[in-house]
Amino acid sequence: MTMLPEPSAIKLGLVIDLDICVGCQACVVNCKEWNTAGYGAPLADEDAYGAAPTGAWLNRVHAYEVSEGAGEAQISRTVHFPKSCLHCEEAPCVTVCPTGASFKRAEDGIVLVNEDWCIGCGLCAWSCPYGARELDPAEGVMKKCTLCVDRIYNDNLPEEDRQPACVRTCPTNARHFGDLGDPNSEVSLMVAARGGVDLMPEQDTRPVNKYLPPRPRRAADEAPMSLVAMAEAETPKGFWKWVDTALERMG
Amino acid sequence: MSVEPNVDTAPAVSDEVRQTTCYMCACRCGINVHMRDGKIRYIEGNRDHPVNKGVLCAKGSAGIMQHYSPARLQSPMKRVGPRGSGQFEPISWEEALQTAVDWLAPIRKDDPKKLAFFTGRAQSQALPGWWAQQFGTPNFAAHGGFCSVNMAAGGIYTLGGAFWEFGSPDWDLTELFVLFGVAEDHDSNPIKMGLGKLKTRGGRVISVNPVQTGYAAISDDWYGVTPGTDGLLILSLVRELMQAGKIDIDYLVRYTNAPWLVIRNPGAANDGLFLRDDDGTPQVIDRATGKPAPHSDASVKPALQGEVKVKGGGVAVPAFMLMADSYLIDDYAPETVASKVGISAARIRQLAADLAEAAFASEVVIDQPWTDWKGEKHDKMIGRPVSMHAMRGISAHSNGFQTCRALHMLQLLLGSVEAPGGFRFKPPYPKPPHAHPKPAGRPDQVAPETPLGGAPLGYVLGPEDLIIDADGSPQRIDKAYSWDAPMSAHGMMHMVISNAVAGDPYPVDVLFMYMANMAWNSSMNTRGVMEMLTETDPETGEYKIPKLIYSDAYSSEMVAYADLVLPDTTYLERHDAISLLDRPICEADAVADAIRWPVVEPDRDVRGFQSVLLDLGARLGLPGMVNDDGSAKFKDYGDYIVNHQRKPGIGPLAGFRGEGGGAEGRGEPNPGQLDAYIENGSFWHAEIPAEARYFKQANAAYQDFAVEMGFYDAPQPYAFQIYSEVLQKFRLAAEGHGDIQPPDHHRERIARCFTPLPSWYAPFEGDSVNEEAFPLHALTQRPMAMYHSWGSQNAWLRQIHGHNPMFVSEALAKEHDLSEGDWIWVTSHHGRIRVPVSVMAGVNDRTIWTWNAIGKRKGAWQLDPDAPEAKKGFLLNHLIHELLPPKDDGMRWANSDPVTGQAAWFDLRVKIEKAGADEPAESAPQFDPLPRMNGKGAAPKVVRYGIEWTKQGKGDAS
Repeated sequence: MTMLPEPSAIKLGLVIDLDICVGCQACVVNCKEWNTAGYGAPLADEDAYGAAPTGAWLNRVHAYEVSEGAGEAQISRTVHFPKSCLHCEEAPCVTVCPTGASFKRAEDGIVLVNEDWCIGCGLCAWSCPYGARELDPAEGVMKKCTLCVDRIYNDNLPEEDRQPACVRTCPTNARHFGDLGDPNSEVSLMVAARGGVDLMPEQDTRPVNKYLPPRPRRAADEAPMSLVAMAEAETPKGFWKWVDTALERMG
Repeated sequence: MSVEPNVDTAPAVSDEVRQTTCYMCACRCGINVHMRDGKIRYIEGNRDHPVNKGVLCAKGSAGIMQHYSPARLQSPMKRVGPRGSGQFEPISWEEALQTAVDWLAPIRKDDPKKLAFFTGRAQSQALPGWWAQQFGTPNFAAHGGFCSVNMAAGGIYTLGGAFWEFGSPDWDLTELFVLFGVAEDHDSNPIKMGLGKLKTRGGRVISVNPVQTGYAAISDDWYGVTPGTDGLLILSLVRELMQAGKIDIDYLVRYTNAPWLVIRNPGAANDGLFLRDDDGTPQVIDRATGKPAPHSDASVKPALQGEVKVKGGGVAVPAFMLMADSYLIDDYAPETVASKVGISAARIRQLAADLAEAAFASEVVIDQPWTDWKGEKHDKMIGRPVSMHAMRGISAHSNGFQTCRALHMLQLLLGSVEAPGGFRFKPPYPKPPHAHPKPAGRPDQVAPETPLGGAPLGYVLGPEDLIIDADGSPQRIDKAYSWDAPMSAHGMMHMVISNAVAGDPYPVDVLFMYMANMAWNSSMNTRGVMEMLTETDPETGEYKIPKLIYSDAYSSEMVAYADLVLPDTTYLERHDAISLLDRPICEADAVADAIRWPVVEPDRDVRGFQSVLLDLGARLGLPGMVNDDGSAKFKDYGDYIVNHQRKPGIGPLAGFRGEGGGAEGRGEPNPGQLDAYIENGSFWHAEIPAEARYFKQANAAYQDFAVEMGFYDAPQPYAFQIYSEVLQKFRLAAEGHGDIQPPDHHRERIARCFTPLPSWYAPFEGDSVNEEAFPLHALTQRPMAMYHSWGSQNAWLRQIHGHNPMFVSEALAKEHDLSEGDWIWVTSHHGRIRVPVSVMAGVNDRTIWTWNAIGKRKGAWQLDPDAPEAKKGFLLNHLIHELLPPKDDGMRWANSDPVTGQAAWFDLRVKIEKAGADEPAESAPQFDPLPRMNGKGAAPKVVRYGIEWTKQGKGDAS
């Protein structure tokens, strides 16, 4: 069993806006592309051109249909849900690790796997309630989101690029990176303003990453008044009379 | 406590960053290609680039797998087995080029029409179009006729520009964005960026789409319209808005032809034409005098109603009166259309109210003085914050052209085109149809060993511009610009093979194609096309299409049908010009173009197609491609990009021209131009002056800027054409007027479908099959992560979309007792396919749909024959025929829009039934597996990309 460090003051993580994620998979593939030659072993693709291609990915986007009501009143929507390691404060994947390979960094809270010590037993993946860890099919070690620990401090990159690959590439700007331990950081303010939520809080994992829920639909009484009402309010009787008035207004 | 290992948080990233342009789809984003040890380490978006501003989509991010794909062709090849068998022998480039010359030179000497040259999904048509012109064949086009020509032609003929990637919502100022149909293709990253921006600002997105997927997933409201009825819905909105006075009269008078006088003289040759003065200027009624006056006179105050007598008979009334007559009728009442469009009257009214409120509750005002083309000065730029976008969703129907026109009319009624907050054009648009070239290819423009008398594609302005002979017969192999499809501005690639095999209008000797997967997902009636490609003349034993040259970078299904294969490079190994001469990367506020350059040298015996084309042109001695001594004028495509001039001072690239590279738009060729582009991130961009940024079609400063940049040689201000005189000219011909008239069997259809004001008619396929026998609509859409067919071979993307289920609504699933993973048979009037099912809520109840172009033929693309793309993936194309079912008279009409020839693949009607429990869980039909065609062994079993830079790879070459 591996111990978690004292909670860090800096809690680096992601804030993901489910209101504008279109499910384009840009973050998924850019993550793979960066990380396959980044931290640890490459992200292998087994049977890459075959009948059952299976690769290791650190980030996946799932789609769920949510619907309520029936008939024309039925409101259904597709929610695209990007999922990667949430860098939990009470990370069960760390405490369950028999070798100490799984660890949470004391300085910024990033959860990583020390692949040298990983025996690929899979206990951490089993203990993660979010399914955020994947065993590399070729190397047999556990892979997970590193929050691009090899980008965010990397002075070989221009300063503006020192953020996770998924955040930098996201076309809709649905992904944000920052210090959720600082209540005044941009990401914390965003979470406060939009009612950001923890994923599955009942698991007591206290995830650092937050999700911004889809904005509520417009309530029926917020819809614009009907055209008939608009017309009656502003339009002289009769179409052509109205046209004449409009032309006169032009001068 | 755990022991924290040392983590290297600052590893070296790359040796060098090379900036070029992505080609994973039609978006053309700027990319930074990180190179390490001569290999590609990482591809990211270029932050400075006008298109993507740093972001990059899934396709772009998977570029590495595309570049190193095992499906890449290795060398030129000649066919050694029967056509379609996929048996080839590698040959040298010298042999390949000589073979092509031996086939092409006699054609050019004898009858250049015998070459049909079609370039599929190539992004740049300026060079291949010019090549065809210099060869002398009119038979050139790309795949627009199959894709979304209705949207292009509907836009050009109405607005002088189209959606596609040629314009965009004013993302910073719009408050309501309405998206019709599937549109996840062109302009894909800019639209995603815009959606995020708009919704983050609190703006609303409304989706009108039978399927709630793609961008519709984040819409604030969704209208699950019945396919093919968008036009009816739009005309109902038009009726409601007009009736309520929620239209922008000021805008209509200033910027559209709503006040122009239209002659009403039933039965006469001038009925429905504009009343013009002796100079040919259209007239309006001046409210001050009640008399006709030129619309262009700044002192005239145009009326919207009234009537003047026309010399010689009849009267003339403002087009706006005809609009009122056409749309303020019960046919378009929400109650009347509700059941057809599948949306209740109350919901249609809600949509109309949303549009009205967004457009008229508040104006968008930019504090920027400007002057219009009539000389009137305006203190401010005032607009309406409603924007729209649509692509193939509304256009791939037989009524698509009129539907696209109707949508543009709706935008104009709301005053939201080229106005702040609305839809804005990107240069070189707006550009009206009369400022475009007309197509060439009439008998007097085609001659042996002579260039064609103009560019093969263009915009016709009336029957006199058709590409037909004196008898009215089609002159192009695809019958574009004939009475079959008079305004087919993108050609009709989908008809080429069937026409050539039928010898109608004539047979061809050589079919030359590039990036066109006609033997698979780029054809309707796929099995039929595969058979046609191998069909022989019983007398001679020769193939009906005697010679087929094909260029592709990958071992696609089409390669198997080629006689001669010219292997192309990947997009990272080539030069390209993303040019103002065809499809640039401009933004609404800036002129821009871009290049690609070989950031990696090919490791195979392949050449960029455009360089090969220039080489072939030189060997054939085509004018413009050879020097006076007969030697090749251009070393390669890169040389051409720099030194070719379309007219003096105008070349493929507008940036860094002239001596020293300081000229923009017009200027002498600059030998350092490509280096200057590379230095600048492979693009060039120039801001449009602030006073020229809106109302471009009517803005004096923009018109001057456009001339300066070389978009045209003199200012071309114009009014948006709600009423289309061009359409009316064709209708008059159909009614028996003029020297050039359609054959009798075309007359009724042209009179009915070519209405000068936007109209709606039922899609032809639904009209010609028994709707009870085929009660459902079937559609395809493309997933954002893989909208180009060549993504299926991509080791990363295929894990995201490895097969494509048929999605059915919950109601249909209940009706047919279907659950996830079941198999069904889907049957149309033409074919039958067996496919797996998935159940979803967000789909119109009478519509089934699937992802397009995921299904692959076994063995193609270097995939395992048991790949899910082949075993579970499928094409809807097998159900769609290029012709409609026979009519009572035995005639079979094209399954296309009668105006533009756009393939009407979204008109498809089907029925479904559950597959038997004993049937195999495999999609049907299946075809014989193709052999490996690229001269390489099996694809690798495991990919561990980048291993050489990890601990695992150091000292381990595996």
